[in-house]
Amino acid sequence: MSAESVFYVLGGFALISALLCILQRNPVASALWLVATMFSLAAIYVLLHAQFIAAIQVLVYAGAVMVLFLFVIMLLNLGRDAADLRGRPARVAAVAVAVGLLGELVLLAAVTPGSLSVLAGGVPGAASPLEGFPAGSAGLAAPATHGVVGAIAAPLFQTYLVPFEITSILLLAAAVGAVVLAKRKL
Amino acid sequence: MLIGPALLLSALLFTIGVAGVVLRRNAIVLFMCVELMLNAVNLSFVALSQVLGLGGQVMVFFVMTVAAAEAAVGLAIILAIFRHTRTVDLKNINLLQG
Repeated sequence: MSAESVFYVLGGFALISALLCILQRNPVASALWLVATMFSLAAIYVLLHAQFIAAIQVLVYAGAVMVLFLFVIMLLNLGRDAADLRGRPARVAAVAVAVGLLGELVLLAAVTPGSLSVLAGGVPGAASPLEGFPAGSAGLAAPATHGVVGAIAAPLFQTYLVPFEITSILLLAAAVGAVVLAKRKL
Repeated sequence: MLIGPALLLSALLFTIGVAGVVLRRNAIVLFMCVELMLNAVNLSFVALSQVLGLGGQVMVFFVMTVAAAEAAVGLAIILAIFRHTRTVDLKNINLLQG
């Protein structure tokens, strides 16, 4: 199978499991379908040459975050309620918002001048899509010389060092905040 | 490179996430729909990082960190609300409706 057909199979699986995620009555089933979506997205990341992100996706999202969700669902003993889908007006609104947003997002590719025409296969005047973006060719060459993880580590610890350090403060604040909020008494 | 199909898949997943937020009343499922939207954005970051450089993958890294922090704080808030109202159904959480 070519990479394209694998991508379409995985993409279809991701779409179906995402739909089942929002339509399942039971929150536990919903969470498990979301895990399925995240796993197929991780496989798609491998196809898109982002192996490190795929590993992080499985470890952090499908592992840690979703276990937290399942833990809370089971702690609160949910899942035996009646259906929690909203009534007919909200369903009509959901379909309208979804169709409008999807149309907007798809239309964006058509009306954005120049920058996205690269994706269609070529910029006028450029032989390869990469020539429109010099940084892109450097980025693609980096994994060959540094390995997959080293290629991401270089921008992360050089260009984006300050945001990376601020992230640690964010995580500390989130951990302290979660403990304070979930505590019965201060 | 598969950039066009990946962006389309990302748009579809984001739309499903938005529809879920509008459609569901369970606060935890609402949070899961937000996670789905964040994942859709991550997919478009990864797809475009093939052309625009590895900065996109670094952004995915940051989005995942913020999503983890958001999940921790959000679920703690849901726990606190559940302790007061004994439900996570948004129909019954209407203190601001006057």
